[in-house]
Amino acid sequence: MNAYVGTATSRVDGRAKVTGAAKYAGEFTVDGLVHGFVVEATIPRGRIARLDTSEALKVTGVLDVLTHAHRPPLADKVEAWKDEVAPDEGSPFRPLYDDIIKFNGQPIALVVATEWETAKFAATLVRVEYQEDHTFATELETGRNRATEVKRPHEPRGDAAGALAGAAMRHEADYFVPTEHHNPMELFATTAVWDGNGRLTVYDKTQGVLNVHRYLCGVLDKQPDEIRVLSPYVGGAFGSGLRPQYQVVLATLGALALKRSVRVVLTRQQMYGLGYRPATIEHVGLGAKPDGALEAVMHEATAVTSRYEDFARNDSGWAEQLYKSRNSHYSHKVVRLDVSTPCDMRAPGAASGVCALECAMDELAVALKLDPIELRLKCYSDRDQSEDLPYTSKQLRECYARGAEAFGWSKRNPAARSMRDDKELVGWGMATGVWEALQMPVAVRIVLTANGHAEVFCAASDIGTGTYTIVAQVAADALGLPIENISVKLADSTLPQAPVEGGSWMAASSAHAVLGAAEDIRQELARLASAMPSSPLAGIDAAEVILVDGTIASNGEKSRAVPITDAMRYGKLERIEKHKLNHFAEDKSHARNTHSAVFAEVKVDEQLGVIRVTRVVSAVAAGRILNTKTGRSQIMGGVVWGIGMALHEETVMDHRFGRIMNANIAEYHIPVNADIHDIDVIFVDERDDHINRLGVKGLGEIGIVGVPAAIANAVYHATGKRIRRFPITLDKLLT
Amino acid sequence: MEQSDWPTVGREWRAETGALSPAGLTSQLGLHRRENDMADVANQVANRIPTNLVVNGVRRTLDLVPWTTLLDALRDHLALTGTKKGCDHGQCGACTVLVDGRRVNSCLTLAVMTDGAEITTIEGLARDGALHPLQQAFIDHDAFQCGYCTPGQICSAAGLLAEGRAGDADEIRELMSGNLCRCGAYPNIVAAIQQAVGRP
Repeated sequence: MNAYVGTATSRVDGRAKVTGAAKYAGEFTVDGLVHGFVVEATIPRGRIARLDTSEALKVTGVLDVLTHAHRPPLADKVEAWKDEVAPDEGSPFRPLYDDIIKFNGQPIALVVATEWETAKFAATLVRVEYQEDHTFATELETGRNRATEVKRPHEPRGDAAGALAGAAMRHEADYFVPTEHHNPMELFATTAVWDGNGRLTVYDKTQGVLNVHRYLCGVLDKQPDEIRVLSPYVGGAFGSGLRPQYQVVLATLGALALKRSVRVVLTRQQMYGLGYRPATIEHVGLGAKPDGALEAVMHEATAVTSRYEDFARNDSGWAEQLYKSRNSHYSHKVVRLDVSTPCDMRAPGAASGVCALECAMDELAVALKLDPIELRLKCYSDRDQSEDLPYTSKQLRECYARGAEAFGWSKRNPAARSMRDDKELVGWGMATGVWEALQMPVAVRIVLTANGHAEVFCAASDIGTGTYTIVAQVAADALGLPIENISVKLADSTLPQAPVEGGSWMAASSAHAVLGAAEDIRQELARLASAMPSSPLAGIDAAEVILVDGTIASNGEKSRAVPITDAMRYGKLERIEKHKLNHFAEDKSHARNTHSAVFAEVKVDEQLGVIRVTRVVSAVAAGRILNTKTGRSQIMGGVVWGIGMALHEETVMDHRFGRIMNANIAEYHIPVNADIHDIDVIFVDERDDHINRLGVKGLGEIGIVGVPAAIANAVYHATGKRIRRFPITLDKLLT
Repeated sequence: MEQSDWPTVGREWRAETGALSPAGLTSQLGLHRRENDMADVANQVANRIPTNLVVNGVRRTLDLVPWTTLLDALRDHLALTGTKKGCDHGQCGACTVLVDGRRVNSCLTLAVMTDGAEITTIEGLARDGALHPLQQAFIDHDAFQCGYCTPGQICSAAGLLAEGRAGDADEIRELMSGNLCRCGAYPNIVAAIQQAVGRP
């Protein structure tokens, strides 16, 4: 029964969020709570020669200043610092570990005081002298010649270089995607509550409480039952909360040092010392026959990483899923620089790599005088070429068709600079999006009580993605209860296991864990109901029983039913509790992906170079949509991110100092309300009986992929100018 | 503003170091800033100012160090954490509250400046358990995801409605652009405000 799954159910945590009742990591308070303020390094590379905290310590209200030379013990072994999302290669950053400076903005001291204002002021009194190492480097492009190949997303097929050189039509170019920062609205924060005897309850801004729990146990040398991590509400993260961030170490270290509860909230500026989407040069080469059939695809990504960890994602391999070509070659290189390690940021790899690929496809279409959709259909791949596998489902053709129809693509004049609206140039562009449909083991516990209410428990986080709501929907349907009777408890390290919330895997993964536990409850209720004296379900096979409208009912004949509350009373059960760890069957027979077709309209003021994105249509094929309301919002949010990536977002480094120049949310531009106009989200019907029982694929990433390219292609169509260096700011159009 | 009104830090380091060198700039800037701070405020940490606020209809008296912002007074001193800190620099709007009915960034307002003022925060919008029409509209239109900017968006929208300027979608977009939403719920925020205005 699907009373809720697939509907536009409002968020179950909505009331908490619109009334201010929802509490985020830096908002939990206890008696005696004190506040830490971080002091950061102001050089990119070197050593701390002298760190004088005496003046800071003189300020009334300052309790202590922690530094590498004055702190409780931290783990020495690299393994202890490797969280579950840490890159394989390298040694993670350790805050306040030693005197070595690895990046500008690195935390070097924590001033703890009774009030936040006092700690912030005293932090300005910490005197630091450095032994600077002026050999630092922070610029990707000048470091390109010393890039190291670290990854091949797929093995090469055929002779791509030869086929490219011999192709009738060839397009080859570099596309540059700058460093971008997540900038979730919530500041990174941790409240470490001192529970006595070295035990801590840690409220942390994280996408994975279990990841942080394991990490803290390792770096602080604690037993699992000495630390509990919670993140009931997360004010956005977009990947920045996948790895434990340094404030959680500083806050817990402070609590252990002072034997008091400590809160550490980073400033917006300090958050630019955390991870980011790495600046990347995407080199794409496409060779085609005159009719558009691809002969060769080459894609090489060269991206920033730190000197201490090799962060690399799949930027360059996506053509393998999208476009048929007999010859292909994909690689990923890194340039190690004196910066902090990049981290996953919404659709890591794909957002940048597919952007370049889809701009290149547009350039090829222009050169071949083909409609961009026609070129993509000509090369359409029904199989994942890397493993030569069919897809569990791939309704990308339908995405092109539905998106084009909704957008009015057939009215497009293909010539650049051919369309106008009064004084503005009008451009229409399109692009393809693709992401993986991943799923992970997740466990849930469901407790059904005799009053017909159920509680669902899981360690998974809801970072705004809607996990609370879809878990409640799936549980309500599976247990046959109204959604008001379901309560969901998430993001507590004492709850059943879940991986970090990321990669678009949580919807499918958590939903099937709920189904599994609910199935066990159904079995138990069926047993009770069939055993009741003069039961309408006497002797019924448990497989024939469903839970619906608060009853245990015969699947064939719903009037044969017993109220759940009656069955539990009969069994003298106050509660039925079931814990289930769901594993998805290993199946390498199919490729699993989500797809989209994105259409964008821009209007460009030619004198001023101002670009407005007036319309976006995103047609998405992502299996079954569990909640059309929150699902639409996720795609819409992804489109807004894509607009930011295309036109606004860029972290600018002054390479003379190795320091970020726009480390604030006024000079790092993100889209504001006035930048966003019509966004039309279309969910294309995509039945998928293969991927999992519900046919769910996940929506967190697919919304952004392809959007920046669709906009860049629209800008070309409007102006005749091909900007390959993102973001497309007005200065680039005017020169 | 006369040139002499600006802090002298920029000119001094140039005069002293002669050229733009990383070492010179970082150390000089740091030194000057610290010494100015010391001279101005080091002795004032313990000096507190009694401040009277009427928050959501309740009179509260606080003894605050003078540089405490209204935002920190609400969050840290009154435990009203519905008002959010997103930047502390007036750049994001997450801290928007109503002061005597006007929407302001509470992070740019010193608490002592609002002595005697009526403050309405997100916690004060619902009455007797009934949501404010804007709160209900935000739920109906899914005008948020993570929820962190939401109290500021709703308080800002309440101020906008009071200003009588939520005429059409373009006007709402423009006048709500001081409130950033990183989840990208903007079209839903506009739709929610239109619902609350009664002009869909």
